[in-house]
Amino acid sequence: MEFGWKKLFQIFWTFLKIGPVTFGGGYAMIPLIKREVTQHKKWLSEDDISEVLALSESIPGAIALNSSTFIGYKIGGVKGAIAALLGIFLPTFFIVILMSMMFLQLQYHPKVEAALHAIQASIVALIVYACYSNMKTAIIDKSTFLMAISAFAVLLFLNIHPILLILFGILFGVVLTKLKILLGYQKPESIQEKADTNENREWYMGEGI
Amino acid sequence: MFLIIGFVSFGGGYAMLPMIEREVLIKGWLSVEEFSNVVAIAGMSPGPIATNSAIFVGYKVGGIAGAVAAGVGMVVPSLLLVLLIASFFFKVHHNKFVQAAFYGLRPIITGLIGYAAIRFAMNNHLLGGVNWDSISLFLIFAISLFALIKFKIHPLFVIVISGIVGVFIYG
Repeated sequence: MEFGWKKLFQIFWTFLKIGPVTFGGGYAMIPLIKREVTQHKKWLSEDDISEVLALSESIPGAIALNSSTFIGYKIGGVKGAIAALLGIFLPTFFIVILMSMMFLQLQYHPKVEAALHAIQASIVALIVYACYSNMKTAIIDKSTFLMAISAFAVLLFLNIHPILLILFGILFGVVLTKLKILLGYQKPESIQEKADTNENREWYMGEGI
Repeated sequence: MFLIIGFVSFGGGYAMLPMIEREVLIKGWLSVEEFSNVVAIAGMSPGPIATNSAIFVGYKVGGIAGAVAAGVGMVVPSLLLVLLIASFFFKVHHNKFVQAAFYGLRPIITGLIGYAAIRFAMNNHLLGGVNWDSISLFLIFAISLFALIKFKIHPLFVIVISGIVGVFIYG
């Protein structure tokens, strides 16, 4: 049991060191995680990591949190997952609280206000960029294009809860795929193949799905 | 109360911003303007922007305890989801049902992020019409976007540089 705690602490500590590197997006930390986990600690193989990353990308939530949790799980089960998650989360948590404190002190300073005014424009650019990146894996044919447009329109003009829309999306996806197979438009495998060929991790910033 | 933010966190990343905004405005925790500032600060901090925004909102509303509550609320669904998927991994990964679900889910997320961008642009007068403020903001936006797509410049640099530019233009 003592060994167990020691290893848990190692997991925690490893991810704690990686945490502050995730400035501006989780993808910055992936090479670091890879090196730490496969070469230094030899906890997992390269193949394991690629598998974990592919899956972390495809499930909702921030990739930094997802992949850390996942790797922690692979190394040390549920306890390992919690240790890794705490490790990756705590540094950013404290940094954010510090920045919040600073911001609340300084927010009415004219220079700070001026800077924030401009930063907000570049944040829009960041979001548009995330949207553009996301589009590359999401929009793979006419139906997905239509779905994205209508989701956008519905959000803009109707006061519907985003969660509801996400559930609709899942439902539509399942029904549509079934229909297409029934009508013989597509073999079931080809959908995933299409998505896979569009996979290109480089442009991902690690903020989205 | 922060549990609600935790539940909506299933959307992930930028797609979550409209959800957080919605909850925060409905509850009257922050004004639209304050929320924009929160996201700007969150973008400068390390870590996922949505999680950061939630922590910041939590801190503003309920101090350290609020921040902890928001942070836990954001992280727990992620943990549960990963554990769930990790334990079913080999069965689920090539499951046709799951693939079909993602086929439908992904474009919705694209729509959500697009909506987040528009909301944000409207909130800070980026699309406010033809005046110096809107035009200069639009220029900052366009140059930032160009730098991101063309040169794959790090998001943090984009934020810092536009902040410096802002001090010179509006300061």
